[in-house]
Amino acid sequence: MSEFKIGQREVENVNILELKGYLDAHTAPKLEEAFQNLLKSQRFRIVVNCRDLSYISSAGLGVFMAFIEDVRNGKGDIKLTNMSPKVYNVFDLLGFPLLYEIFKDEQEAVTRFFDRAK
Amino acid sequence: MNTTGIQVESRTERLIAVRDFVSEAARAFGFGDEDISKIALAVDEACTNVIKHAYRSDPTKIIHVNVSGGNGTFEVVIRDEGVRFNPTQVLPPDMKEYLTHFRRGGLGVYLMKSLMDRVEYSISPGKSNELRLTKYLPR
Repeated sequence: MSEFKIGQREVENVNILELKGYLDAHTAPKLEEAFQNLLKSQRFRIVVNCRDLSYISSAGLGVFMAFIEDVRNGKGDIKLTNMSPKVYNVFDLLGFPLLYEIFKDEQEAVTRFFDRAK
Repeated sequence: MNTTGIQVESRTERLIAVRDFVSEAARAFGFGDEDISKIALAVDEACTNVIKHAYRSDPTKIIHVNVSGGNGTFEVVIRDEGVRFNPTQVLPPDMKEYLTHFRRGGLGVYLMKSLMDRVEYSISPGKSNELRLTKYLPR
């Protein structure tokens, strides 16, 4: 079943993951694999665009938790963008805005990487 | 509203069917979109726990999900015959501590309790585990 898809592209040396569909215990391993591949090739500047993400459960949230430390150790970050209110509520309920930068749009998040570098 | 139910194999690809079933029942009972999402997520978390912990990822096992409602009270009962796991005894995590130490897992129980009005666990005589999730219709 293709209820979850990940698109991948690069903007100004920042890796964009576009999530589409339903992220639950069944589909979370796909996201895990995408992060593993980025880390393997030392790509630590990651923006996750959630515009087409319809649903997230704790299994999906757990994937972000699993990789954030390694990403930050590599001097990068995972930034999240374009969340629907429904998806944002789940992140918010668990206090994720304390740990992750969440932006309204992708470009804002990309720019943020270069603000920091200055 | 009469009791209706769905039985699914203990496999994560069946979570979507459970969510759809519970969402439809919650909508028919009169909940709005926000509450429907909360109920579906709570039930997803409960079933994910059954698949991973109670049935230890054995796909031949069956999860029973029954919904019933009356007097403004909507109940979802998730039943399994696996290893006992009482989520109501899981202590609420200190989220700040949790997040700053990048822990993973255990968030599902916290979510269930946050999303529903009541979470109760019981073991019935036939040795099945029952998790009862309750949500009240807003007045």
